[in-house]
Amino acid sequence: MKLLSFKKGIHPKEFKYFTCNKQTEVLSIPDEVCIPLQQHIGAPCNPIVEKGDEVKTGQIIGRSESFVSSPVHSTVTGKIKTIDSYLHPAGTKTQMIKIQRTGDDDWQLLDVPKNWQLASTDELKSIVNEAGIVGLGGAAFPTHIKLAPPEEKKIDSFILNGCECEPFLTSDHRAMLEMTDEVLDGMAIIMKVLGVKKGYIGIENNKPDAISQITRKIQKSDYNFTVIPLKVKYPQGAEKMLIEAVLKRKVPTGGLPMDVGVVVNNVGTAIAVANAVIDGKPLVERIVTVSGDGVTEPKNLMTRIGTSFQKLIDECGGLKEETTTVYMGGPMMGISQWDLSVPVVKATSGIVCRTDKSTNGTSYPCIQCGTCVSACPMFLLPTKLARYSEHKLLEEANKTGILNCVECGSCAFVCPSNIPLVQWIRIGKLKVGEMVRSKN
Amino acid sequence: MEEKVIKNDVKVKPKKNPKDKLFKLDRQPLIISSSPHLNTTDSVPKIMWTVIIALLPAVVLSIYYFGLPALWMMSTCVISAGLAECLMNKLKGEEFTIPDGSAVITGLLLAMTLPPSFTLTSAIIGTVFAIVIGKHIFGGLGFNIFNPALLGRAFLQACFPVAITTWTFPKTDVYLSKIVDGVTAATPLGLFKFEGETSDLFNMFWGNIGGSLGETSAISIIIGGGFLLIKKYADWRIPVSYLGTVFLFGAIMWWINPKYPDPTFHLLSGGLMLGAFFMATDMVTSPITPKGAWIFGIGAGILLVVIRLFGGLPEGVMYSILLMNAVTPLINRYTRPKFFGEGSK
Repeated sequence: MKLLSFKKGIHPKEFKYFTCNKQTEVLSIPDEVCIPLQQHIGAPCNPIVEKGDEVKTGQIIGRSESFVSSPVHSTVTGKIKTIDSYLHPAGTKTQMIKIQRTGDDDWQLLDVPKNWQLASTDELKSIVNEAGIVGLGGAAFPTHIKLAPPEEKKIDSFILNGCECEPFLTSDHRAMLEMTDEVLDGMAIIMKVLGVKKGYIGIENNKPDAISQITRKIQKSDYNFTVIPLKVKYPQGAEKMLIEAVLKRKVPTGGLPMDVGVVVNNVGTAIAVANAVIDGKPLVERIVTVSGDGVTEPKNLMTRIGTSFQKLIDECGGLKEETTTVYMGGPMMGISQWDLSVPVVKATSGIVCRTDKSTNGTSYPCIQCGTCVSACPMFLLPTKLARYSEHKLLEEANKTGILNCVECGSCAFVCPSNIPLVQWIRIGKLKVGEMVRSKN
Repeated sequence: MEEKVIKNDVKVKPKKNPKDKLFKLDRQPLIISSSPHLNTTDSVPKIMWTVIIALLPAVVLSIYYFGLPALWMMSTCVISAGLAECLMNKLKGEEFTIPDGSAVITGLLLAMTLPPSFTLTSAIIGTVFAIVIGKHIFGGLGFNIFNPALLGRAFLQACFPVAITTWTFPKTDVYLSKIVDGVTAATPLGLFKFEGETSDLFNMFWGNIGGSLGETSAISIIIGGGFLLIKKYADWRIPVSYLGTVFLFGAIMWWINPKYPDPTFHLLSGGLMLGAFFMATDMVTSPITPKGAWIFGIGAGILLVVIRLFGGLPEGVMYSILLMNAVTPLINRYTRPKFFGEGSK
């Protein structure tokens, strides 16, 4: 059978072998956690606790009045130590709440209905909101907003994203294998909220064990989901690419998946939804893949949010002497870290440690080879956009579609001249965005 | 060496400024860079040297057919291209760019377009022109508008019109009876244009004909060019559309008036194969968009047949490609691919 996929894209080395066959281990609860008040796209939360307060595991410690936001919870039972700004893995200093653990978990659970299948849509939506669930694939967009599309957008399909196309990362892969029931329940809950009948699970074909396990479980259950094995290609897990691959629909330029009647959620998000709605557990932990040749013993770790990177890396035997780079997320879109005291946030799918000098090779001038053009999944001309950005030709860049870039990094990956294409385009996108906003 | 420097640096730093908390001081600092953190193994030098390897079959066959003069010609051009490149690097105050291989390609390709009897001094002049005017005046690798080798050849054609169209027959030729002096002869295209004679397609395919070093043997070019296409270091659309257009357009003209040569003759004669696989596909001077590549190839194909049939010259590969080079920036501008989702509702 010919596997489905999108057009263009790239084939980086997968590097999944470090951790793909390793059972997820539960990381011991740290003595101190540091919870950033912003772990999502949207308005940051305001602290609703004060220094010295006692908090329970799962208690809300920060929330915001604005619609596009998501509350944050304490992930241990303990005492608020400080509320101050600390380094966030995204690279800037943000407000965080430091909590000193005082004892074993004393859970504060959400009020949940006995049987979610009988619960109302609004009730389920508010549970998802109260549980602080955001997209766990990396973008961290608040899930309750995705679950509440405007009336005029008719949603007819739901796609669960199990692609995990980033090299090294295996947290979704392990989740699908070890928490299959939660994945399916979470998906069913989301589909009930959205009121859609057609559910698809897109999984890249390099996870045959996950594909067969999920297919088996679906057959045993009364769910009617379709598992779609996809070609192994980066960025298969990007929303727009996934929708094209599975449903052959193209999200319009500047549009959202709901414009073509689709909602996409990550596997991890589905698990979080199931945990919240069925067990009443807010989002306080997630699977983090600690991988790469720079760490002694790569592992998948079930980790409390707010645990420092250092603790995870120590659990994996520590960094090797020759390690040069550590980044949060996969190598294609991950963010470099220089201080390992930063906490795990909701969007931390992995911590990858490498020993190579990464992309700092010799740069050559652009030879117009067009490789970036044939790699760009958004059908842009990266070499032109990067040049426009470099020379501050913002009008031209806007006309050439710079705002459509999804920043997947395929162009910079394939460039034989080692030109920082996506990096220039990112800068250009910021500036063009400012320009467009100031015009309106 | 580099690592040592980093480590020493770290050991010194805490003493200088113990309050500096930026780095974890018990180990070397982590390197920060913007994603992606992965890169392909492809690089400009790798592409360029692969092109040179792909040219080797043609090099070997031309030495086989034309003997040592071919070897002297090619080494002269390559060496003078390298020297000219170094000179320009020196003048512009930049690092030496010989290792990227592009100058070697220019020299080799230029040699391929010259007749084996061409004088070496003139060849040197052409090569230096190709490197200095063809490439470095525009800003060096990646910035030139015209294919440097073809520009060098065009310059030589303007300076030495007689010498550049004086052809030697291969040593291995079996048709010596056809020509009077047995040393010089016309190319199949020249024979056709000026004498109305066709040549044997079999010999044209294997290269046993008069012509420039690299243009005589179609098979060696196809082998090397196919290798490039498989490696994806040349856009397959360009040779396909270029050769396809020449064949189709040539066939139409032949059908209209059978005194014109048949399309197979068009394909195998002159430098068309060399041009289609190695010159037109030059990354720097061909379009970056897929649609642009088709337009480039079709345009060059039409120009070629028009020049061959109606122009004053027997051969049109050089000018057809150079003219299309000139409009490549325009083609790029007007063939932007549709954005993902553009126009979908």
